[in-house]
Amino acid sequence: MKILYGMQQPDEGTITIDGERAVLNNPGDAIALGIGMVHQHFMLADNLTVLENVVLGAEKLHGIGGRARAKIKEISDAYGLNVRPDVLVEELGVADRQRVEILKVLYRGARTLILDEPTAVLVPQEVDALFDNLRELKAEGLTVIFISHKLGEVLSVADEITVIRRGTTVGTAEPASTTPRQLAEMMVGSELPTPETEESTVTDVPMLTIEGLHLGQTDLDGIERVILDKVSLTIHKGEVLGIAGVEGNGQSELVEAIMGMRHPDAGTITLDGADISQRATRQRREAGIGYIPEDRHRHGLLLEAPLWENRILGHVTEKPNSRGFLLDNKAARADTERIVASYDVRTPGIDVTAASLSGGNQQKLIVGREMSHAPKLLIAAHPTRGVDVGAQAAIWDHIREARREGLAVLLISADLDELIGLSDTLRVMYRGRLVADADPATITPEELGSAMTGAATGHLEHAEDDAR
Amino acid sequence: MKKLTSRIDKERLLLGIAAPLLAIVAALVITALVILATGKNPGPAFSDMMTYGFASDSQVYILNKATTYYLAGVSVAIGFRMNLFNIGVDGQYRLAAFFAAVLGGALTLPGWLSMLLILICAMATGAVWAAIAGVLKVTRGVSEVISTIMLNSIATAIIGYLLQPGKLAHLYQGGTVVATKPLPSASHFFLINAGPAGELDGFIVIAAIVGIAYWFVLGRTRFGYDLRTVGQSESAATASGVSVKKMVVTSMIISGAAAGLIGMPTLLNESYQFSSDFPTGIAFTGIAIALLGRNNPIGIALGALLWGFLERTTNHLEFQGYDKEILGVIQGVIVLCVVIAYEVVRRYGLKRQQQKVGAELAAQAAAPTKKLEVA
Repeated sequence: MKILYGMQQPDEGTITIDGERAVLNNPGDAIALGIGMVHQHFMLADNLTVLENVVLGAEKLHGIGGRARAKIKEISDAYGLNVRPDVLVEELGVADRQRVEILKVLYRGARTLILDEPTAVLVPQEVDALFDNLRELKAEGLTVIFISHKLGEVLSVADEITVIRRGTTVGTAEPASTTPRQLAEMMVGSELPTPETEESTVTDVPMLTIEGLHLGQTDLDGIERVILDKVSLTIHKGEVLGIAGVEGNGQSELVEAIMGMRHPDAGTITLDGADISQRATRQRREAGIGYIPEDRHRHGLLLEAPLWENRILGHVTEKPNSRGFLLDNKAARADTERIVASYDVRTPGIDVTAASLSGGNQQKLIVGREMSHAPKLLIAAHPTRGVDVGAQAAIWDHIREARREGLAVLLISADLDELIGLSDTLRVMYRGRLVADADPATITPEELGSAMTGAATGHLEHAEDDAR
Repeated sequence: MKKLTSRIDKERLLLGIAAPLLAIVAALVITALVILATGKNPGPAFSDMMTYGFASDSQVYILNKATTYYLAGVSVAIGFRMNLFNIGVDGQYRLAAFFAAVLGGALTLPGWLSMLLILICAMATGAVWAAIAGVLKVTRGVSEVISTIMLNSIATAIIGYLLQPGKLAHLYQGGTVVATKPLPSASHFFLINAGPAGELDGFIVIAAIVGIAYWFVLGRTRFGYDLRTVGQSESAATASGVSVKKMVVTSMIISGAAAGLIGMPTLLNESYQFSSDFPTGIAFTGIAIALLGRNNPIGIALGALLWGFLERTTNHLEFQGYDKEILGVIQGVIVLCVVIAYEVVRRYGLKRQQQKVGAELAAQAAAPTKKLEVA
């Protein structure tokens, strides 16, 4: 993928575009040949408007003023992207940002679109909308490369499927004649794991209690936006509480409020009977919160530091990383070796930088680190995003393991199958409020999806009786 | 597995040394071309630099110069490790030296006590001056680059105002020199007698202690880890529980306190008073040296020695008929080359490591493993 976009050079092999051999030395070459890439980690400047982001680097195409705005409108309307050119990117939710990314690529006249895990951030309804867009693009003669871990989606949208595992093509398949199971077996080389928990381990001892959490933010126009509105929830020991919701509805802020990275205007947070509302992030971590952040590159890792220094991150005050005010590098290194071995982090050693590991292995390292300090509460925000199927199964196992050991787990995910499969209790978050709850044993992703768009509230019942 | 780890380590070390070496070689080549362009032969110039630079009196001179430069490099490097560009080291050390000189001139305590007070005064002045920039940054979002540049000018103005006869200074040498009251000889720092080569500033000991403290605090303490974390990723630091704002102010204060020491070798070992010709601009040398030494305590020491060596030897070149401006050329070219070489080597290293990890994992996967891939 990086090679195709000119970000890396292949050692051997050829790329043929439109029947012509192409040499891609940099992304500029790729763009010139009509290849456009929508990255999994968005490449947008937060403090610029949508318009500015789109024209950035492509000023020569349609200028930076009215003509560019008109062109953006035109593309946006043509594919139903619904992009507003003058909004600051920092004010957009993740789904909107993705649309801006797609628009950016189309604006540059791309004929071949590479989409890296585009649906990870969308609800089912939005995924359908995206697929409609893709079909429209296809109808106009554009080529789309759709990279995904989600088999159902690949099967429904693709005309041809190529399975890549550990850097080699293991096979191609026709969607019409392939079942998800067959595809999955090609991907992992074995049986597909499913995220299902065994018998309930929920106790009635509350571990985390949140009461009336309120967080408002005044934007540049002086208008107060409510980000978290009277959020109250309780997670018991041995319970996985899943929060469903379209991204940008306050889930990240809720997590950051629990971690002490944001300061809510009102409300209390109680962990294991102790009020931690006023404590600093470090004290909360020491009190027993394990944190798997949604954006591991920004919040979970020091990319250019070796693995063993990353093992210290967030737990510098705890054993085995330090004794008193001094670091204990030796013990930290030894413990990193242990994590690497027992969490199956695939790496040649603990001195390589975190950046050189794959996403799945980075995530396994983070999970290992957070589980190594006897947490009482584990916050897992999108724990399997951008992670290969093997690592995904391992991470699910660790979350189940945590639950068995009596941890309270707050699970936030955009993968509804994951949420339904792992959670004991489900809540739906919409515009900063917990608007609905559901029983994961009976609910379907579609029903959950409608609550995520605000269409349904209250207790969601599986609509068996009136549908059939 | 073990073997591979050590190999990567060795390679990293090699890459670490490669960058400055590459830069210095490139700088020498470019300098040679410049000398050639002025119609002179670079060969004798370089050989004169070597013979003169390694003479024993030159060595003492270089060490004395390097002491000051080392302190400057470390002060700047503390900021660099935090991703803070403390350009204000210049104002911090001059103001610190000035007030320390005033205090030292007024004290009539036993030598060791007054020396201690002078050092504390210098470090406190530097720290306070740097803290202003730190507080402005975290409370008002003012870039530390801008505020410290301005604080440099303000420091110059304050010193200019107070360094007048009748204020805190007096006229000396028949009214030709304006300076603070000289320190009593009891508060002179010790000198190391190096025989006919001259006297070595005793302050070199303090500089070494500062270097060791820098290494120890950054590499071996929790505080140092937090500081490095903020430097590498503010968002990850926040999530890990470091208060970035507190860290910005703290590290500015430490950087300023270290900056306060820069003027001390001059004050306590050489001039014994602050006059209008007290050396200025050393902090900018410090920036170059911190870059050259890669913020590494030993690297900074080598950089400081190199700078001293270049200054000493190019001065002498003037007597051999070369232009002394060649110093500026060499220094400028080195700094440029260093910045470029580091980036090139860093990217190369990162890419190589990624390839290695990939190759290693592919080899692991290819080998028939007993372990099932997915549980």
